[in-house]
Amino acid sequence: MTYQFDFAVLLPFWREFAMGVWLTLQLSLISTVLGFILGTLCAIGRADGPPWVKFLVATYVEIIRNTPLLVQVFIVYFGIATLGIHVSANLAAVLALVVNVGAYTSEIVRAGLESIHKSQLEAAECLGLSRPQTYWHVIVRPAIERVYPALTSQYVLLMLASSITSQISAEELTAVANRIQSDTFRSFETYIVVGVLYLALSFVVRLAFWLFGLVVFVRRRKLGTAL
Amino acid sequence: MPTFTLTHFEFLCWAALWTVGLSAIAFVGGGIVGFLVALARVSPSPVVRGIAIGYIQIVQGTPLLILLFLFYFGIAIVGFKEVPAILSAGLGLTIYASGFLAEIWRGCIESVPKTQWEAAECLSLSRWQRMTKVVLPQAMRIATAPTVGFLVQIVKNTSLASVVGFIELSQAGKLVNNSIFEPFTIFIVVASIYFVLCYPLSTWSRSLERKLNVGRR
Repeated sequence: MTYQFDFAVLLPFWREFAMGVWLTLQLSLISTVLGFILGTLCAIGRADGPPWVKFLVATYVEIIRNTPLLVQVFIVYFGIATLGIHVSANLAAVLALVVNVGAYTSEIVRAGLESIHKSQLEAAECLGLSRPQTYWHVIVRPAIERVYPALTSQYVLLMLASSITSQISAEELTAVANRIQSDTFRSFETYIVVGVLYLALSFVVRLAFWLFGLVVFVRRRKLGTAL
Repeated sequence: MPTFTLTHFEFLCWAALWTVGLSAIAFVGGGIVGFLVALARVSPSPVVRGIAIGYIQIVQGTPLLILLFLFYFGIAIVGFKEVPAILSAGLGLTIYASGFLAEIWRGCIESVPKTQWEAAECLSLSRWQRMTKVVLPQAMRIATAPTVGFLVQIVKNTSLASVVGFIELSQAGKLVNNSIFEPFTIFIVVASIYFVLCYPLSTWSRSLERKLNVGRR
């Protein structure tokens, strides 16, 4: 093997790489928040809604979970264009990612909702909590607390999957890398650097979720119990 | 203006066969590598365990898209002038699948009750015998449902092989789109074919989960 590695060529591009990291983080954060809201609503709808809502959510989840994200991205991107609305690639990317991760979130949250024991609801009733109060304090929050680790993994995967949106030239880390490698002809080195950046990103995102969990789920920290 | 015809549909169906073929390569290759990594992951030696953990972290922390690019350009560097798409796509997907299968299977090996290990030890079986005669047969039962579930991920992720020029279902969709430009119709059809491939696997995985009753242990 006579190949000479040359990472120095990439040094002048550090600003672009940093920008790519920042854009990927933004893209993932927006998709995570919106996807979480969509997924939680879907989970509640499927657990406690009228039959047609249950059916609708179930269909949505099955369709999304059994088709590739790449194709979903294309359908959203071109689908909006077919409607005659012009949106930027980034907006289409966010939409596709939200629709995608919403389905996975709903399945995870549903598992959490199902894990709430019936006796908890009876206890809430005995305490005279109203329905919204029961929902918030007894069902949804404890459920999300329980599935928080699974949600974390899902959102790290979402961050990595956001690389796919480079295929509709949404501006994020992978798209930046594609541009840099075609400028420098140092493809292998570029993707090594990008791979390391994604590794670092997934580490940082995990850390952030862990800290966020510490702040939000105070009760667990105080009591130190599984609940 | 040409429209979407049966000929296009036929072309997509042929490409779907390549999706299936590539999935099979990724599953078999990833299964072999992943099994070895899973064994390394539960090894008594901390060094071997550490290497396995590092491998899994790296594979799971890098997007598949980047893995595919790395193999595509990496193989070219090693000396192949024209990189066969099936080689880079197959290798990238194999590595990807191995990282996730290793972690799934490690969980299954570790969820075999500890008493089973101890009993095997009391019978003075060697580590190899303990593994092959006591632990792995039980772990296999636990592993079946999640492994079938992961097959769905593999089939879906072969769509990314299109970036290294492998003509599978997604790439075929793009090619058809280049000639008749009806993206919405074409990709709905492409998505439907993926759904037809994946949905039976999902359902099978769920029914296995119920049948083997591993969720309610």
